[in-house]
Parts: sequence; C-alpha cells; structure tokens
Amino acid sequence: MLELSKNAFGRLVLGQAEVAPVRAFPVTNPQSGISLVDSNGKELAWIANLEDLEMRERKLVEEALQAREFLPEILRLSSVSRHAAPCEWRVETDKGKTAFKLDSEDDIRRISSSLVVTDSHGVSFLIRDPAALDRHSRRLLGSFL
Amino acid sequence: MMPVSKWRQVLAVPLGAILHGMNSLPESLRDMLRPGEEALAHLEPDLDENSRFANSHLLLTDQRLLCRGHDGSLGEWPRRDGLVLERFDHAGTGHLELKDETSLIASWRYTLGRDQAARELVMRFRGNEPESAQTDEQASIPVSPRALLRLWRFARPYRGKLLSGFLLSLASTAAAMIPPYLTMPLMDDVLIPFQNGKAIDIPLVERYLGGLFAAALIAWALGWARTYILARVSERIGADLRIATYRHLHGLSLEYFGGKRTGDLVARIGSETDRINVFLSLHLLDFATDLLMIGMTAAVLLSINPMLALVTLLPLPFIVWMIHAVRDKLRHGFEQADRVWSEITNVLTDTIPGIRVVKAFAQEEREVKRFVDANAHNLAVNDRVNTVWSLFAPSVTLLTEIGLLVVWIFGIWQVSTSKITVGVLTAFLAYITRFYSRLDSMSRIVSVTQKAAAGAKRIFEILDQSSSVPEASKPVHPGRVEGSIEAKDIEFRYGSRAILHGVDLSISPGEMIGLVGQSGSGKSTLINLICRFYDPARGAILVDGRDIRSYPIEEYRQNIGLVLQEPFLFFGTIAENIAYGKPDASMEEIVSAARAAHAHEFILRLPFGYDSLVGERGQTLSGGERQRISIARAILIDPRILILDEATSSVDTETEREIQGALDNLVSGRTTIAIAHRLSTLRRADRLVVMEKGRIVEIGRHDDLLEAKGVYYRLHEAQQVKENA
Ligand SMILES: Nc1ncnc2c1ncn2[C@@H]1O[C@H](COP(=O)(O)OP(=O)(O)OP(=O)(O)O)[C@@H](O)[C@H]1O
Ligand SMILES: [Mg+2]
Repeated sequence: MLELSKNAFGRLVLGQAEVAPVRAFPVTNPQSGISLVDSNGKELAWIANLEDLEMRERKLVEEALQAREFLPEILRLSSVSRHAAPCEWRVETDKGKTAFKLDSEDDIRRISSSLVVTDSHGVSFLIRDPAALDRHSRRLLGSFL
Repeated sequence: MMPVSKWRQVLAVPLGAILHGMNSLPESLRDMLRPGEEALAHLEPDLDENSRFANSHLLLTDQRLLCRGHDGSLGEWPRRDGLVLERFDHAGTGHLELKDETSLIASWRYTLGRDQAARELVMRFRGNEPESAQTDEQASIPVSPRALLRLWRFARPYRGKLLSGFLLSLASTAAAMIPPYLTMPLMDDVLIPFQNGKAIDIPLVERYLGGLFAAALIAWALGWARTYILARVSERIGADLRIATYRHLHGLSLEYFGGKRTGDLVARIGSETDRINVFLSLHLLDFATDLLMIGMTAAVLLSINPMLALVTLLPLPFIVWMIHAVRDKLRHGFEQADRVWSEITNVLTDTIPGIRVVKAFAQEEREVKRFVDANAHNLAVNDRVNTVWSLFAPSVTLLTEIGLLVVWIFGIWQVSTSKITVGVLTAFLAYITRFYSRLDSMSRIVSVTQKAAAGAKRIFEILDQSSSVPEASKPVHPGRVEGSIEAKDIEFRYGSRAILHGVDLSISPGEMIGLVGQSGSGKSTLINLICRFYDPARGAILVDGRDIRSYPIEEYRQNIGLVLQEPFLFFGTIAENIAYGKPDASMEEIVSAARAAHAHEFILRLPFGYDSLVGERGQTLSGGERQRISIARAILIDPRILILDEATSSVDTETEREIQGALDNLVSGRTTIAIAHRLSTLRRADRLVVMEKGRIVEIGRHDDLLEAKGVYYRLHEAQQVKENA
C-alpha cells in the first residue's frame, strides 16, 4: 500500500517526499501505468493501474493528475474560420468550450489511432478517435488531414 | 527571486496603459478598488480549479491581490511580507501559486497564451518593473489566400518573354480562325452552285484552298515558336522558385527543421515548384488566350449573325456558375492530396536512412505496410477530389453538346426559312466547335489553377516563415573575436517544455570549461544557444561583451568550431568533408588537421585515402572514425571558440587518450567548452560547470568540487565505482 497524502502546499506526498504523478501513456492508455516521481524526476513508485488503488489514494492521485496535466479532449468541432491553416477552431472539449489558433496542418499529429492538435501557444488537444466524432466534426476535420 | 537585469533596457509601463488593458475588468472588481489604490497588473486566468475553460480575473494593486472567480466569487489578499507568488508552467499551462511560509493560499491556472501577462504580474508582485516584452510571441504568419497572385514576383523577371509568348499564341489562334471563315465562300460560292448545275471555278477554289494551307502553316510556325519560348521560361521560373525556397530554408533556424519532416520539405521544394511553374507559364497563358479567343469568336459570330450567335452563347452562364461552385472544393482537395503525397515521401525519407535498423529487427513487412497505408490514404483523398473533378469535366462537355444541338435546330429552321445560307450555318458550326473546345479547356484550368494554388500555399508557408534567429537590423561585425562568453539569466524552451531556467555563466577568453551533468540536463541545449542555433526566450548571450544577436550570424559562426554529439558527414570525399568549413584549404592544412585529430592514419588505411567517398551518412566509417573527421573539420577552421559536445564519446580509451593529446594542443589559446560524460576527459579544464535539470548547480575546479561533496562528487563517485568494477 502507498503512503499517500497531500501537504499544505497542495502537493502529493509519498512517505516524506513530494511527488508528482505522471501518466506513462497519456494518449494510448491513460488509465494504466502511472508513475510517482520526485522533484528530481526519480521514480519512487509505479502504479500499474489506477483501479488497483484504494479509493482514498486513488482520489488523491487523480486530483494531483488533474492539477498537473492538461490535454483537453475535443468532443466536437463547432466551426473553423477557414478550411485550411492558419485558422481558428471553435471546439467543445471535455473541459468546456474554447477556441484556438492552428498555425499549420503539421501541428496535427497522429499518435496510433488518435490525433493530437497543438495550438499556436503550444497547448495540446486530443482527438481520441477521429472516426467516432459526429458527421459535422468529421467533415471539418477532414479537410486538414 | 529574479534580479532585474540591468543590461537590458527595462521599460516602465505607464499606469494608463495598464488601466487601458483593463477594459475587460468586471465592474465588481473595479468597484473593489479603494480610493487611491493603484492597479499594477491584470491577468485573466482561463482555467478553473478543475482545469475547465472558464475566465476569471486577477488584479494586482499596490495594496492587495484581488480575484474574481469565474463564478463571480471575489477574493482578496492583502500584500504582506512572507507572501510569495510563484509561476511555473507544465504541458502548455501556466500556474500561479500564492503561498506563505506554511501553506498554499490560492492558485490559478491559465493556458500559455497568457504567460506574458502572468510574468508581468509576478514581476510586479515582487516589486520589480516588468521586462520589456520580448519577441516571445511569434509573429503570426499571414498566409494570403491569394497565394497565386503572389507568384507574380517569380514571373516578373520574365514578363517580356511571357508577353511575346502570349502574343504568339494569340496570333497562332487567330491564324486558326481563318479556315472556318473560308468554308463559308467555299460552300456558298463553289459547292452549292455546283450542286445547282454550275461548273466549279477552279482558280477560285485554288485561291481558297491555298489560303487554308497558308493559314495552317502560319498557325504551325507560330505555335512552335510559342511552345519553345514558354517551355524555356517555365523551366527558369521553376528553377528560380526552387532556389528561392531552398535559400530561404537555409536561413531558417533549427527550430523550424525540428518541427518538419524531411519528406514533406522534399516534396514541397521538389514537385510542387514544378507544378507551379507549369501553371504560370503554360496554363495561365492558355487561359488568357482562351479568354481572348472566346471573345474574338463571339465577335465574329455576332458579326455574321447576331441571333444565331446569342443562341450559341447560351451554355456559358451555366459553365461559369459550375466553375464557381466547385472551385473551393477542388482547392482543398488538391491541398489535401499534396499533404498526403508528402506523407508518402516521409515514409521513404524515414525508412531509407534507417534501413539498418529495419533489417536488424526484420521489420521489412511492417515498413511496406506503412507505405501501403500511406498509399491507401492517398487513394482515398484523390478519389474524393476526382469524384468532383470527374463529374465536372463531362458536365461541361454535356452542356456544350446541348449547345451544339440548339444551334443545329435553330440553324436548320433559319435555313429552311431562307434567313441564312448553308455556308453561314457550316461556318457557324465550325466556329462553334472551336469555341466549345476552348470552353472545355478553360474549364480544365479550374483544376490546374486550384492545384497550383494549393502548391503555392505550401511554398509560401516556407517563404513566409521568418527565422526565429533573425539577423540584426544594424549588425556589428565581430571579425575575429577575443572569445569571452557570458550567459546572462538564460531561459529556453522547446515548444511548451522549459529546458533552461536562469543560466548564468561567464567564461574568459582562452579558458577551458568542462560542462558536465546528467543526460538531458541541458548541456547540448546551452551550446545550441551559444552557437545561436536558437535564441533564448529570455536573457542573452554575450560574446566579447556584445549580445550575439547583434552579430551577423554567418560571421559569428565562423568563429566557432563545433564537434557535435552526432557527427554528420556529407556525401563527398573525406578531404572535402574535413574542409567543409574552409573549402579553399590547402592539402597540407587538411592533412595536418587530420593528424591533429588522429584521423590521418586510419584515413591512409582506406583504399583511396583522403579521396575516399563517404556515403550519405558516412556509412562506411565507424562511429569513432566519423567523430575524428568532425574534430579535424573543427580544427581546420582555427576557431576562437571551440565547442566539443561529447567529441570523444565513441572512441575507445586508447584512442581517446590520443585525441586528448591532440585536443590539448588545440585547446590552448582558445575558449573551449567541452562536454563529456567521462569525467577523466576533462582533467585539463580550468573550471568545471555542473548542470542539473536546466540549471547550473556547481562551478569550480575538480578538487574543490570533490571536496564540496555535491552533485559533481556524486557523478564522480558513480564513475569510480563503475571503473573499478
Ligand atoms: N529539439 C528538441 N526539441 C525538444 N526537446 C529537446 C530538443 N533537444 C533536446 N530536447 C530536450 O531537452 C532536454 C535537454 O537536452 P540536451 O540535449 O541539452 O541534454 P544534454 O545535457 O546534452 O544530454 P546528453 O548528455 O544526453 O547529451 C532533454 O530533456 C531533451 O529531451
Ligand atoms: Mg547532449
């Protein structure tokens, strides 16, 4: 069992050390393979699967993950300002609606069956399964691939 | 705390400017300001505590930090000693944390687009004037949708030739207009009278037939001249375009290449320039002549019989409408097709250099499959465009056929009522076939135009890219530098990932620095900055007391000898590779550089000595041999600053000792920065600089550092253990 807790600075603590949880496969397998690394990047613990943890610890880890990572998943493309980059995308993500600027079609990268879209400020958005989007989104997305 | 750097001009932001930027400040927050309270900085964090997109407001005043949450909740924190505001970023988001000695008080999160405002807020909080905004924000590239018009720049130098080509094609088409005109009298004055029992007027027939033949000859000669001229122009425009793009590419920084795949660039410069030049010199002119021809034909038709002419022009509006409807679809389709084509090239440029790995792991089948997949994608995209296109062309043909039918019907009726002669109708039909074939070819230009537009966009994507290491506007010529290097508070990031955090280092001329630290600690990155492959996000590097950004890049780099971690050899002889930085080097110079690098003897063992060809990646040489050649390359240019990034990592200890001896001679009198994992290599260093996670953690001599029992001590111990084991 892991001795996890949260300190007054809001950081996850394992034993005595402040740790940060890092997903090993954030795109292809986010739920499995989570490493707890200390501030020097040294791995202190490996969680094969989040479900293996007790409820309380799992919550702590999930909270810390959320505070650290940011990879909004695009659920729907509402509109694009043009059908070719550079252009602005309006999207609905699991983190709410937003808009961002796409500089070039090269910023859409395929990672196994998913797409990662990087905006002009370096923020990445995930499209987990392009084929599973609705027709409208697929049509918009189609002209960039 | 970050010291205000005095060497950079600091810009005080007038209060008015801040308040001006605070127009978006919600009333409730503005109302909280007490009389006399001065607003200092404002930030709109755009993520809430669950990292969902939601705008809140953060306002710093001279007394307090005020916050209005996305849900309208208000918060305030009076400023006091012990309260710190920290900023850090991770994976595209920035974090602000307000804390005191014991705990976290509040935190905010934002996407990196707002980082500049956040940094300003933090600086203000710490009581410092914010630094003048650096060119951190990449100027967005305005890619005009009118990329085709911008191509004129490349056609301009040839406008004389293009004009003559245009006139020639005009003349040749005009010549081609004569035969149908002659059919009219042939019909009406010769054939029909003959049918009605009149004898054929032989001299008249001869004259008409002679005219037909002459017209054909003239059309042939003009057409030949036109094709010849335009083909030449086309090739030249293509070459210009390719060279301009390639030259521009060389002016771009490593950052650009880091984000591109070779195959993509190869495809853009190779095939797309070709398509564009054909468009510019052939299709565009054809289009212009077609347009004129259609006008001329229409005029001729109108002059013969206005009624009949109007009927003939009936399908024209439909065709124009159709062109308009499919244009955008086609362009996007072709653009997509180009991208997919790049993908195919990418598979090739990926696997061919890596062929040894492919074979070693027996993954030929999988690579073939990758290629098959890319091709399947290509087919799918092209099928989609072709569906549109294949429907378009026959539709135009259908419309013209219908037009022809209408003319027949109308013509027969007119002949039957004796309004026109058979000759007029025949001439009309002859003209109209030409007219419609022109229309047909004109509609075809829709596809070539859109193809060229797609290509032009991709070319201008390169041409519009400005280097992220720009040349100074008023450069100072460095000449041969003394060699003092000073890094001031350097910060650097690759994309959104911060690599160097506040590196300060000062190196005197002629000093040898050993740079050590764990793998990934940022040693090579620091060197990349010193070579100006990249510019730091913050801070500056001074050589001879001047910001290196004020030197012309080429002149500056001539002072630097660089031996890279991964030596690269160009295709050519070994001598050429050694003399790469100084192509006019004499044979003696090359040999002595090779001797100094301890490469001489192994080179002599090769069948052709210094004239041996080394393959694309120096395939025929071993890792250590390649490294020694790249050392010789650096030695030859006799640089003031020598940078050795793991220069001896792939040679055995014996050879390393030899090279070390050579380097010792080389190092004296030059500023040297040597990176090495084997610490023993750095014994001669005047000072050792220890890096850890993007920071310099220790500086000092070997013995002192050992005594300090810090990071260096641990690195050293670890190696002792390994060596003794
Ligand atoms: N072009 C790049 N794009 C993105 N990240 C990079 C790039 N080059 C290096 N990095 C990252 O920057 C960090 C520092 O790399 P750097 O090459 O400076 O390390 P180093 O100290 O030279 O390591 P080594 O001793 O292994 O050569 C590494 O984490 C690396 O992954
Ligand atoms: Mg390195």
